[in-house]
Amino acid sequence: MRHTLSIIVADQPGELSRIVGLFSARGFNIETLSVGESLDPRWSRVTIVTRGDERTIQQIVKQCERLARVREVQDVTTRPHIEREMALITVSASAGAERQEVLSLVSVFRAKVVDISHTQMIVEASGNKEKVDTFIELLRPIGVTDITRTGHIAINRLSASVEQHEERMVS
Amino acid sequence: MLAAEQQILKTIETQPHRDLIPTGAEMLIEALVFEGVDTIFGYPGGAVLHIYDELWRARDRITHYLVRHEQGAVHMAEGYARSTGRVGVVLVTSGPGATNAVTGIANAYMDSTPIVVITGQVPKHLIGTDAFQEVDTVGITRPCVKHNYLVREAGDLPAVVREAFHLARSGRPGPVVIDIPKDVSAARANYSRLDHVSFPFSSSNAPVERGAATRALNAILSSKRPVLYVGGGIANSGADEVLRSFAENLHLPVAPTLMGLGGFPSSHPLCLGMLGMHGTYAANMAVAESDLLVALGVRFDDRVTGKLATFAPQASVIHVDIDPANIGKNVAPALALTGDVKQALAQFLSLAEDCGHERLRQSIDGREAWWNQIRSWQRSQPLRFDGSQNQIKPQSVIRELHRLTKGEAIVATDVGQHQMWVAQFYPFTKTRQLITSGGLGTMGFGLPAAVGAQLALPDQLVVAVVGDGGFQMTNQELATAVQYELPVKILIMNNGYLGMVRQWQEMFYDRTYSEVDISVAPDFVKLAEAYGARGFRAERPEELYDVLEAGLNHKGVAVIDVVVSKEENVFPIVPAGANARDMIVQD
Repeated sequence: MRHTLSIIVADQPGELSRIVGLFSARGFNIETLSVGESLDPRWSRVTIVTRGDERTIQQIVKQCERLARVREVQDVTTRPHIEREMALITVSASAGAERQEVLSLVSVFRAKVVDISHTQMIVEASGNKEKVDTFIELLRPIGVTDITRTGHIAINRLSASVEQHEERMVS
Repeated sequence: MLAAEQQILKTIETQPHRDLIPTGAEMLIEALVFEGVDTIFGYPGGAVLHIYDELWRARDRITHYLVRHEQGAVHMAEGYARSTGRVGVVLVTSGPGATNAVTGIANAYMDSTPIVVITGQVPKHLIGTDAFQEVDTVGITRPCVKHNYLVREAGDLPAVVREAFHLARSGRPGPVVIDIPKDVSAARANYSRLDHVSFPFSSSNAPVERGAATRALNAILSSKRPVLYVGGGIANSGADEVLRSFAENLHLPVAPTLMGLGGFPSSHPLCLGMLGMHGTYAANMAVAESDLLVALGVRFDDRVTGKLATFAPQASVIHVDIDPANIGKNVAPALALTGDVKQALAQFLSLAEDCGHERLRQSIDGREAWWNQIRSWQRSQPLRFDGSQNQIKPQSVIRELHRLTKGEAIVATDVGQHQMWVAQFYPFTKTRQLITSGGLGTMGFGLPAAVGAQLALPDQLVVAVVGDGGFQMTNQELATAVQYELPVKILIMNNGYLGMVRQWQEMFYDRTYSEVDISVAPDFVKLAEAYGARGFRAERPEELYDVLEAGLNHKGVAVIDVVVSKEENVFPIVPAGANARDMIVQD
């Protein structure tokens, strides 16, 4: 099962490498990884999406907690949370019909066109994994030539209503 | 605050001249003294010259032992730490100095040994340029340390050293590496008082939860076929006495691991002998048939469990360990108690005392059939070996060693057949009496570990039992032992083979003895004498006792070369990936 782990670690040189090294040394898998500042800039938040059964996930959490500079490890999957990923997608679209189709998909998925040339468009999409996956799948027949994805970030949810509302809008 | 430190502070306060502000090297020395360090094992080099210069000035407070190879330094620090529980300290240079130390660091990590290893590094401005003797020490050691540091500012040293020692000895002990660039040890910086240093990342060990302790005790009291499976955590937490009281009060069978030997007296009637691949038949069968496995300070290593899926198939597991990551790593326990094993056992003991004589009596009586079963396993398959008239049997060497040392020697070993024979035939009665390379299985560990232990315990008889293979990996440390007059005895079980590998080739690879013959070797007696030690040799059974006695009684460093039967095997053996029922007890 997929789990999203949120790891708060001191913002010091080499600390990310400790976490990543632990995953490879112990044979844990990393599906996506993203790192950035947390509320307190002395601490970074590392978000890792991984796969494994309950016991593997527990082991990952405990092994990460053993690191001296890790303050907190949370399996956000176990609690209500919001997950987002951003993707930049290059689509080859020169004809008017192709561009129209890209624009209508962009509108349905609440994405954005961020760059355009005579032959290509770059679109920006964000959402949970499924949404971004679906968006890319629908763009493929038109001609996707490049993709870059940020990996997931996640945060605990305060109230269920907003996201559900948004999910309805998308689907 | 220490007097020397007070002096420094006073100097700084009264004469705030730049030259009197301490250097990184000076701060390092003060911080080490503050941690109670009086012994360092090390080897100098370019990147640590400033530190060695300062160390020379501090030689009345810290004694440096000059080894002959950095691996030896770390194993000596491990021997020092394992025999006393104190933190062992190592100082080596950058590049090859650090890489040579890695084996020892990994060994300490696997066996939960508290050591602090200080490595020199090239100056900061050269880091990342492939400079002379540069290696990414924190990168290389990251997977085998509790924590490591690359110190970038001299002023950080007091806090780094304090935290390093805290981490090394707290929780599950282990190695910590402090990498100090040459310019950092030379730089002057404002000094922070060591007793004012705080380290925000420290963690405390939460005590074992009382409710869980009660549930554990109830499970033990009502179990019909329990086994206490005890490991290195007993020694690390100093739980041996409380373990003994608890086992005796409830009349519980105890099966120690290799690392647990001495945590419960091997000669005790409740002791089943060592558990695991080369453990006793009774210990392995008891675990296989047990209904409750009480795992105390252990990590369910594969050399103990064999095939996990069929390990202790009928047992429900109670696991007590200070390292939360050990719990559930290999075996999912029914009840987990994260915390200090001594505290947990003390709680079990006091709860047991509260529940009254009648309940204990009933519990003990309920296990009579279990003890009968255990006694019959012990009778049917005791540890044994075939004697011989014309060859010295390695097992008999260990028996004689036990007899001659009255079972009181501190014994260090390498890894392999000799190690297993020591574990089987030298009944250890005290914690910290056996210093062996358990987890990493490092050849060459025994000799330097014995030197470190001898230094820590000058009045004890310290014997390194090694194979002829392992001895040749670190025998250069004989020079260290001779130089510092550390009268260790090195007992070589010489069979001209890499014995354990040969045994596996015999048993599992159709006797294809691929690259295990090391019979071309120096004359170990002459080698000993070349180093300024004394050499002894026994080749025939009738000389064994006298030669051993002479060697052990020699006042200085002694090498006792015992030529043993070449193709002896260690039994019983549970083949890798198998279980107790697949145990091979004899040829």
